[in-house]
Amino acid sequence: MSAIYILWLREVKKYTRSRVQIIASLGQPLLYLLVLGFGLGPVFQKAGRGSYLQFMAPGIIGMAVLFTSVFSGIALLWDRQFGFLKETLVAPVPRIQVMIGRTLGGATVAMLQGLLIVVVCLVAGFRPVSLPMIPIGILFMAMIAVLFGALGTAIGSSLQDMQGFQLIMNFLVLPIFFLSGALFPLNNLPKALAVVTSLDPLSYGVDGLRGALIGAAHFGMSIDAIVLAVVAIALLCVGAWRFSKIEI
Amino acid sequence: MIRVESLVKRFGDFTAVDNISFEVRKGEIFAFLGPNGAGKTTTIKILTTLMKATSGRVEVDGLDPVKREHEVRQRFGIVFQDPSLDQDLTAWENMELHGVLYHVPGRVRRERSETLLKLFELWDKRDALVKTFSGGMRRRLEIARGFLHTPKILFLDEPTLGLDPQSRNQLWTHVKKQNEADGVTVFLTTHYMDEADRVADRIAVIDHGKIVAIGTASELKRQTETESLEEAFLALTGSTIREEAASSADQMRQFARMWRGGGRR
Repeated sequence: MSAIYILWLREVKKYTRSRVQIIASLGQPLLYLLVLGFGLGPVFQKAGRGSYLQFMAPGIIGMAVLFTSVFSGIALLWDRQFGFLKETLVAPVPRIQVMIGRTLGGATVAMLQGLLIVVVCLVAGFRPVSLPMIPIGILFMAMIAVLFGALGTAIGSSLQDMQGFQLIMNFLVLPIFFLSGALFPLNNLPKALAVVTSLDPLSYGVDGLRGALIGAAHFGMSIDAIVLAVVAIALLCVGAWRFSKIEI
Repeated sequence: MIRVESLVKRFGDFTAVDNISFEVRKGEIFAFLGPNGAGKTTTIKILTTLMKATSGRVEVDGLDPVKREHEVRQRFGIVFQDPSLDQDLTAWENMELHGVLYHVPGRVRRERSETLLKLFELWDKRDALVKTFSGGMRRRLEIARGFLHTPKILFLDEPTLGLDPQSRNQLWTHVKKQNEADGVTVFLTTHYMDEADRVADRIAVIDHGKIVAIGTASELKRQTETESLEEAFLALTGSTIREEAASSADQMRQFARMWRGGGRR
């Protein structure tokens, strides 16, 4: 247990120390929020869907959690290159504990990053509709963070070096974001797109966040929670299995 | 302390370790010498549970590294060929993390960390991030960390690679001191013959996966009728330069070295 804790602590410490990176990581969500939020706002309003900023803020929060958690999983590759991974793999600690500590640490960091974006959204003019539902929103953030943290660990354990990183970014992480309905409503979509979005786990995360923060869920919050939990557990198993296969 | 009998490790049709046997006694400093690709690191990986042997018997402190993995891991410390510190943590945090991973209780951990950091002259720098350390300081920190959980055996895989003569000298002084104080067994590999000559009680020379000679430095010199250990080594292993096919892991290490050269990751 103490091994899980110390590895978790390591991730959190590293995050809180990297101030420049924290500020840098706010750039992209801010851009989406301000440029798309205000740029597409009038069109969205005219279509009778209300405030676009209100609508997309949960999507941007989901995006921040997605990116941070996947990348902290893939940061395994850095530890491999800089050698620290060996130190943890040769220690008298079961690998599953090492994997869990890292993944939970990455998920916590992603949560912190998500909360930061929540603050940014509030500053930009986003207003959650119900205060008592905010803890539910945080719960959905945590589920997204664990799910994609595990995915990141699985990917990081399977890649040998940074070469595959661009591939993962362009063909996995960005599609997960764009197909999640973070930027557009999920109803009345063309059939093909509707099918693909319903296969994207982040769709359920963003939907859950919308349910909790603006009181409008497409799938329904309980379905969202069930899908996220099942996929998270499955990915944790895959991540643990891939991690156990790492050779140094 | 270490017993190896007819150890074989094959990768496909390449035999990296070809039926070697040797013994390392408790409390001695044992050097493993050999040209690039001779099988040194492979042997260390097998002894330290990171790799499984193809055949043969291996015992570390009387235990089989495959069957009793965790107990064996608790018993040794290792300093790898490449760095394995977390550069974004401080020296103290690296020690703490290691102590927790090796189940060293809190108070003992802090006391020993302090003693070791003082011994290796890093105490004043304990709260500095490792990325600000020089190569020599990092090496010292790795070795100090290797001693933290009072291992019975310390594996040092080319610990002085890339260090200046001052740092090398200082490092071996510390290792020797700790060996005398704790009676810890040291198993080392190096390319510097003068180091082996100076610190090792016994030396094994390995080439093409086979042990070609084993004994004290003076025994090896006598056996080859040479003046220095360097000459003895060349007499035993020949003077052709070995081409080592770089694996993807090696390439990655080089890549990482390039990055480190540029400072921050």
